[in-house]
Amino acid sequence: MAKVLVVTSGKGGVGKTTSTAALGAALALQGQKVVVVDFDVGLRNLDLVMGAERRVVYDLINVAQGNAKLNQALIRDKRVENLALLAASQTRNKDALSEKGLARVIKELRAQFDWVICDSPAGIERGAMLAMRHADAAVIVANPEVSSVRDSDRIIGLLDSKTEKAERGERVEKHLLITRYDQARAGRGEMLKTDDVIDILSVPLLGIIPESEQVLRASNLGQPVTLANPLSAPARAYGDAARRLLGETITINVPNERFNLLGRIFGGRAA
Amino acid sequence: MIFFGLFKRRETQPGTAPVARERLQVLLAHERASPRQPNLLGALKEEIIEAIARHVSVKPEAVKVKIERRAAVSILRIAVDIPA
Repeated sequence: MAKVLVVTSGKGGVGKTTSTAALGAALALQGQKVVVVDFDVGLRNLDLVMGAERRVVYDLINVAQGNAKLNQALIRDKRVENLALLAASQTRNKDALSEKGLARVIKELRAQFDWVICDSPAGIERGAMLAMRHADAAVIVANPEVSSVRDSDRIIGLLDSKTEKAERGERVEKHLLITRYDQARAGRGEMLKTDDVIDILSVPLLGIIPESEQVLRASNLGQPVTLANPLSAPARAYGDAARRLLGETITINVPNERFNLLGRIFGGRAA
Repeated sequence: MIFFGLFKRRETQPGTAPVARERLQVLLAHERASPRQPNLLGALKEEIIEAIARHVSVKPEAVKVKIERRAAVSILRIAVDIPA
């Protein structure tokens, strides 16, 4: 049974695209058939983060408008079997994506893949609403910072009211992913703790991704961080999050790279 | 000297995370209680006209709906001109 998962946040720059790529690759490494779909029409970037920017010929809008077949537009990943990308259009107007055309594409993707991961644009405009429209589940990406948490709360409200599932009286399964977490600063009371964010948003935690230079390194290389450096702290955190999405129970901790000792001295603690 | 100065400043600056937490809790409690509906006024007006029209014949322009937002409460004012 295919699952449509939207990666959303409201606020920009919190790590939606990074998380889409990392979770997509991690799920594919677990043997799942995965497609990552970029919904940021006009400002696509998932192709770049996935390292497929030179292979985009057709995009989501071409398929939705019937100008290309889905299989012509799907870009198969060269590193991981079972992983594919459907890019957004870079040149078209964001209104070019029709609700009806999108519904058809999602239906076709459901038939081919186990996971359809929709990378939402920032904001709460049309593109973001379309990205969450068909979702069975949502990953809400939040930074431990006031504006990100506020916007996440707004997005949660929209997931509960404006999705197809919500309109049928069902619930979109929600998961909170806290990114750019700095355990040492949280330990010193300089940054919201994960417990604070979970309390405020009342959404179960999927994972904590530590702030790490590995994320920028991976995007420089055009590789999901889970492939670029699988043993790095963020890659392990994303890997665990992917396994939780598959239903495994794994204790949540903050993977550390170098700050173990300091963290202990300053009383930093996980979740 | 500068080195020690840095340490001293860190010690005297208290953590700001509790402030962030409290501000968010207050703000979100408020925002959740009054979800922003862009067309709340239009929807209200339409339904009020509909309800009144079931009993009295009124023109749509005879119904005036206004919302006054104040810090703690909002006041909904409805004025209807009913022909004598």
